[in-house]
Formats: sequence, structure tokens, C-alpha cells
Amino acid sequence: MQISFTLNGRPTTVDVEPATHVAELLREQLNLTGTHIGCDTSQCGACVVHLDGLPVKSCTLLAPALDGATLLTVEGLQGAPGSNRMHPMQEAFREHHGLQCGFCTPGMLMTAVALATEKPALTEADVRHGLEGNICRCTGYQNIVVSVLAGAAAMNAAKGE
Amino acid sequence: MKPFAYHQPNQVPDAAKLLTSIEDSKLVAGGMTLIPTLKQRLASPVALVDLSKLPNLKGITDDGATISIGAMTPHAVVAASKLVQAKIPGLAALASMIGDPAVRSRGTIGGSVANNDPAADYPAGVLGLGATIVTSAREIAADKFFLGLFETALEPGEIITAIRFPVPLKAGYAKFKAPASRYALVGVFAAKFADGVRVAVTGAGSGVFRVPPMEAALSQHFDPSAVAAIKIDTDGLTSDIHAEADYRAHLVTVMAKRAVDAALS
Repeated sequence: MQISFTLNGRPTTVDVEPATHVAELLREQLNLTGTHIGCDTSQCGACVVHLDGLPVKSCTLLAPALDGATLLTVEGLQGAPGSNRMHPMQEAFREHHGLQCGFCTPGMLMTAVALATEKPALTEADVRHGLEGNICRCTGYQNIVVSVLAGAAAMNAAKGE
Repeated sequence: MKPFAYHQPNQVPDAAKLLTSIEDSKLVAGGMTLIPTLKQRLASPVALVDLSKLPNLKGITDDGATISIGAMTPHAVVAASKLVQAKIPGLAALASMIGDPAVRSRGTIGGSVANNDPAADYPAGVLGLGATIVTSAREIAADKFFLGLFETALEPGEIITAIRFPVPLKAGYAKFKAPASRYALVGVFAAKFADGVRVAVTGAGSGVFRVPPMEAALSQHFDPSAVAAIKIDTDGLTSDIHAEADYRAHLVTVMAKRAVDAALS
């Protein structure tokens, strides 16, 4: 079937088998390999993307659900226009060493950006609860939580400018 | 996933017709259970009937003594709803505890109730509040809806359109999560109405059930202490890798106390 949607700001039309999940479509057909497939069972969160602004696990989303929707993947995160910088949440992960092997990072970033957008004044408890669906096997989460709090603060500051 | 045809009907009767006319077809709402099931090939339907384009299935309405939640309303919307938070805060709290944020973005109340997973959260809220399940064909009382392990009173081709909840005086939910899946190892919903208290338990057995001795005790005195000494029988409770039946029985009492405590706070 043919589906049309907005992908990272660009109108996109693809032919896809209905029995395709979105992570597979992104990686295999659209060559956007930033979205990772960790468990492929909806547990680990490495595949989180934003569907119409909400965080979803793209391994547990059928491609036909994209028709008419707006999709943002980690490749669509960006800093202030013209700044040639990364998104403030990405900068915070780099600054605070919020990753080791990096496999879970795309999902962590997408969940973190959604969290910070939904609730501007995040507490550490909010972040820990909000990251419940994202698993990291390296860091022990401590630096991820620090990064998310810093990234959220930077996103807020950027909004105020 | 094995290949399947995909239908996106625009009207409820069309969806019902597709479901009955195509053998081995399945409804898909949020897909939070169905898609993992398809990927594990525990199910391989020839066609999916997607409910997302049907009108009037999303949203929450205030009907005075009741509130109605459209079947396709995601958990995150129920959790964040000012109306649900004001009228049945225990139900908003329950929705906020399901899965994780990504699951709550997609998973729907209708899907959860129709699936009737023995460890799902919503069945406890629906039975605990004595809600009414509104379908494309009729209205079904919660007490007659949940028939055990993944079984409901839904007929083939019957589609849930909304759940109507009576507004209680007080209600609360507490669950002990299985840490990996975040499903309820045991979850208890307690609701106080003018004419008595209802207590519903999920996670402990093959399906959601009520606990009459706790209901009687709480109807006399709506306080955690009223249920502290009530133990439930381990007969029929689940024993698995996560917990033995006697541990689940113990948790029912503990979660019932916490649910009442949550209702009072």
C-alpha cells in the first residue's frame, strides 16, 4: 500500500507492505539508521520516535499508521537554525557523558525531548519515571538522568531567547 | 510478521462487517498487544481492521453522574485529562501507571478492555467502578463482561465504542509491578459509592475478580485497617516464575490497603 507522511519536516510517500513496522521501514527502506532496534519486543526503547509529537516505540507501530501523520526521528533533531549545533538534548548527553556504547541513545534522546516538551520543569523523579521504557545496559542511568535534566533546562532557556 | 491485508474503515458498521466477513481478521486499536503477538507469530490473521479512522471513538465526555471515555482514547490522554483527574482521580492514576510513556501514547482503553489480559490494569478499574462497556451492538455491565483469561462477552463482529464510568465518592488504585513488563503482578482498585464499596483485583488470577469480604468490610468502614486482616484464598491464583500463589494472595491484601489509602489521600 502507498502511504504519505511528513518525515523530519519533509513530505514523504512510500510503498510499503502493511506487515512492516516503522523501525524496519525507516532503517531498510528509507536508510535512516539512527533509529535502533534493540529488543524488537517493545521493551527497550532504542527505537523511540515521535508520532504527531508523542513518543512511540517504532518497532511496535505498523507502517500504515503513518499515513497522514508527522514523524520525527533522531535524524530530525537539530539545534537552533543556522547555528550548526546539535539539539540541546544531544549537546547535554555529550557534555554530561550520558552514553557509553551509544546503542540506546537515539531512543533516550527522543524520550527525553518528549519529556522535556511535555513538562518544562522536570524533577529527577520525573526523569527516572519517564525513562521507564528505555533500557541502557552500560551507564547505570546516572549520567543519563543528569543529561536529561541539563538538556531540558537548555531547551527551556532556548525557548526563552 | 506474516503478510496481512490492511483495512481502515470510516464507519463502525463497516468495521464490524469486515470483521465478520473476513475469516481470521482482527481488529487493531493501539496495537500494543497485537503487534508483539504478530511479531512472535502467536497470531497470523489474514487481515487487520484498523479502528483509527472511525469517528467519535476518541475523547472523554462529562455526562454528570458518569463520564464516558471513547474506546480509542490513549492511556496518556486519560492520565492527563483534567476531567478524569477531577472526577475519578483513581482512574487517571491507573492510566498513568500503565506500561511506559511510549506505550501510553498508543495503547487504548478499548483495546485493553477487549483484550482482557489477566495482568492488565484497566480491567481492574472497569470492574472496580462497575463501568458499562458500550459496543456497536449493546451495553454490557462490567460484572458480565470479563469472562476469564483473555475472554470477554464480546460477540464476533462486536466493537467497543466507549466505556461509561459512574463517578464514585472515592476511588484508588495500587499495583505491584512486574519490574520488566510493568504489568500488574497484583493490582487492586477500590471504589466507594453511596450504596457500597467495590474492590477488583487484576494480575492475581486468570482474570480480574471482585473480593466480596473486602467490599463488605470497606462498606462498613472505608479505611485501610478494614482490609488489613482479610486474606484471600490461594485457590485459582496464578503461580509462575514471577510469584507463587501465596505471595500473590499476600499482595492482594497489601495492595488493597494501599488502594484505599490512595483513595483517601
